[in-house]
Amino acid sequence: MNAAIEVTALRKRFGPVLALDQMTFAVTPGRVTGFIGPNGAGKSTTMRVILGLDAPDRGTALVGGRPYASLERPLTQLGSLLDAAALQPSRTGRNHLLWLAHSQGLGARRVAEVIGQAGLELAARRRAGGYSLGMRQRLGIAAAMLGDPPTVMFDEPFNGMDPEGIIWMRGFLRSLARQGRAVLVSSHLMSELEDTADHLVIAGRGKVIADTSTADLLAKTSGGRVTVRTTAAQAASVLASAEAAVAPAGPQTLTVSGLPAARVVAVLSASGVTFSEVAAHRASLEEAYLELTAGAVDYRAATAGEVA
Amino acid sequence: MTAGPVAPQRPGERAGRAGFAPVLRAEWTKFRTVRGWVIGMAAAALVTVLAGLLAASGTRVSCRGPGGQACRYLPSVPVGPGGEPVTDNFYFVHQPLTGNGSITVRVTALTGIITYPQSNPNAIVPGVEPWAKAGIIIKQNTGQGSAYAAVMVTGRHGVRMQYNYTHDEAGWPGGVSAASPRWLRLTRSGDTLTGYQSADGTHWTTVGTATLAGLSSTVQTGLFVTSPGDVQVSQGAGGGSQVHFTQASAVFDQVSLRGKSSGAWRGDAIGGGGHTDWERNHRPAGAEQSGGTFTVTGSGDIAPVVDGGSGIERTLIGALAGLIAVIVVATLFITAEYRRGLIRTTLAASPRRGRVLAAKAVVIGSATFAAGLAATALAIPLGERILRANGNHIVPVTALTELRLMAGTAALLAVAAVLALAVGATLRRSAATVAAVLAVIVLPYVLAVASILPAGVSAWLLRLTPAAAFAIQQTLPQYPQVSSAYTPANGYYPLAPWAGFAVLCGYAALALILAVFLLRKKDA
Repeated sequence: MNAAIEVTALRKRFGPVLALDQMTFAVTPGRVTGFIGPNGAGKSTTMRVILGLDAPDRGTALVGGRPYASLERPLTQLGSLLDAAALQPSRTGRNHLLWLAHSQGLGARRVAEVIGQAGLELAARRRAGGYSLGMRQRLGIAAAMLGDPPTVMFDEPFNGMDPEGIIWMRGFLRSLARQGRAVLVSSHLMSELEDTADHLVIAGRGKVIADTSTADLLAKTSGGRVTVRTTAAQAASVLASAEAAVAPAGPQTLTVSGLPAARVVAVLSASGVTFSEVAAHRASLEEAYLELTAGAVDYRAATAGEVA
Repeated sequence: MTAGPVAPQRPGERAGRAGFAPVLRAEWTKFRTVRGWVIGMAAAALVTVLAGLLAASGTRVSCRGPGGQACRYLPSVPVGPGGEPVTDNFYFVHQPLTGNGSITVRVTALTGIITYPQSNPNAIVPGVEPWAKAGIIIKQNTGQGSAYAAVMVTGRHGVRMQYNYTHDEAGWPGGVSAASPRWLRLTRSGDTLTGYQSADGTHWTTVGTATLAGLSSTVQTGLFVTSPGDVQVSQGAGGGSQVHFTQASAVFDQVSLRGKSSGAWRGDAIGGGGHTDWERNHRPAGAEQSGGTFTVTGSGDIAPVVDGGSGIERTLIGALAGLIAVIVVATLFITAEYRRGLIRTTLAASPRRGRVLAAKAVVIGSATFAAGLAATALAIPLGERILRANGNHIVPVTALTELRLMAGTAALLAVAAVLALAVGATLRRSAATVAAVLAVIVLPYVLAVASILPAGVSAWLLRLTPAAAFAIQQTLPQYPQVSSAYTPANGYYPLAPWAGFAVLCGYAALALILAVFLLRKKDA
């Protein structure tokens, strides 16, 4: 299947800072791809390179198999929102959409449609300078949808949104994917994406640390930890002899890793150790993400072994 | 928000024949939807008109007699056959000539004096003004401004044939003396007058031919001498110029007249002659006859009026204020996008960066041209009417020249706007761009025309800087045969109108090329 966005071995240096270092991933239609990483991981730079705004030192970025800059009416191929504040304050929201529409050979009717879809009817004829952050985000999303593109790309769309807006945004992103569009969404917070993204590209220090489906990442990281609540002193040694790693986690509480919860129950029962609770502890994506990016946020060199 | 289902993406599909038109339309929509820019452009037009009308209203020529009472009439300027104002002052020894005929003379001396020249400001020194004229003339009548043709020797420009004030053709170079005299002949055949020169009175060559349509059957012909004021343009700071009174005397002999004439010579100071106290007390204009030799003395000129500052372009004095407003709007048209990061949205929508800048240039240039044309089309006729009503003399111009003034000034504003756009795209900062563009176009213009700098420096500024384009506003013709202070302060530019305009166009084109190069090369 042809990737909607294909980024290959991007490298870009800003002075002494290597912003992109072999950044490689692909975005496929029909799902939400979360592009996640700490600040400075190179997410925004990658998106600017995809849009042809920044030129990479090396590597390629293709949209629908072609460089973005070669597209004749690019907003009909890829809709994007990089910076919702990039507006002329004295121009109305409607007129902002109108010039964008004209640049793609589209007319006022399409502008009215996206204004309606974004719920901006009341604000559209007011100056954009007076918009709240949430309204600017909606205007930016309306602009991204102007060309009804098969691929969309949003940089930190949750920034500054209230909880209601975040819920709306999640639903919106999922609906775009359900319609068969390819969706690339960046965030520096896993919590914003974990219920939304089908696929995750985790970046750190200019390269991809992990490129995995959300389900796989969860399965891999939630394997090991079980908490056991027991008063029996021999519980730790019994579990250790079953080749589990055991650590005290508080009064009468042990953290066990290396054995699934069912095995823990079986081992303890077979040895006659009583326990009051055995709980499988599902690792959150947040923890998995923090673990993966630990090497990328500080300035130790990220080793190749961390790349999934 | 919900969106419709996605159309299947066909790889390689050409998404329409987009091209330049959508980019142009988008930039136009951008321009017209920012109220401040539209208001700024309208204000540029308005200030151009209003400042011009205000200046016109404030310029009043009134005439008061010695007792303070109003003059019975305003002094009138004689007008030549072509409708242009002329100077027609000379001493004329003449008689009527009816029908075809000719006059022949020999000029053996041309001398003169210059009063208080710059080189010797306390003395009256001997010297001949370069454009002092002595020769023979056939003139419709003795009224100032009437049609004529003349062939003459001059102070430093050799033999000339001149007619109807604005026409001038060169003959042999060199001055005259008793050892090396000049023979001159002027013949009339119908409406055609031909001037001849000769060194010996035997071998003649033609200097030039004039056709004076409608010349009456009886005309005045004879000897004339005149000498224009000596013009000294100050080269010091402050500019300015001085005119010194001069007088010329010429000695004629071998005078012969063919055709039907009265045979009696009569002397007249055409235009009243010199009136200075000095001249009255020392050596009046006039003629002395001794045998066949005439010594004729005169002052003045037979030439078009070179009337600095009285061109119709003075109605467009407000264009300078309009230009400043245009530069600000054109700068913001691009720098506002950099300030807000909107340039990324623009370039994402239209990745062909050269096209974006070209579209912006077309939009700002066209909008400025339209506003400028509306302003000049109003300011010129209204300002002219007010100036004339207030008694100001305005040198008349042809409809074509007036059109060039209107469209040229609008084009100057438009190309300056494109220059500001290009500089803005390069510097990406509003204040720095406005300052830079004002410094290269408005500042040199003001320095040059306000007589702040010496005339030579001013002229070079108006050759080399984008301010050269103001030459498009010059309607006053510059006559090589008339000495005058042809300085920027008087409305004379060192370059021809379209050449000056081309200088600005060159700068704008270079700036635009640089801007496109940088826009393509740098990250947005």
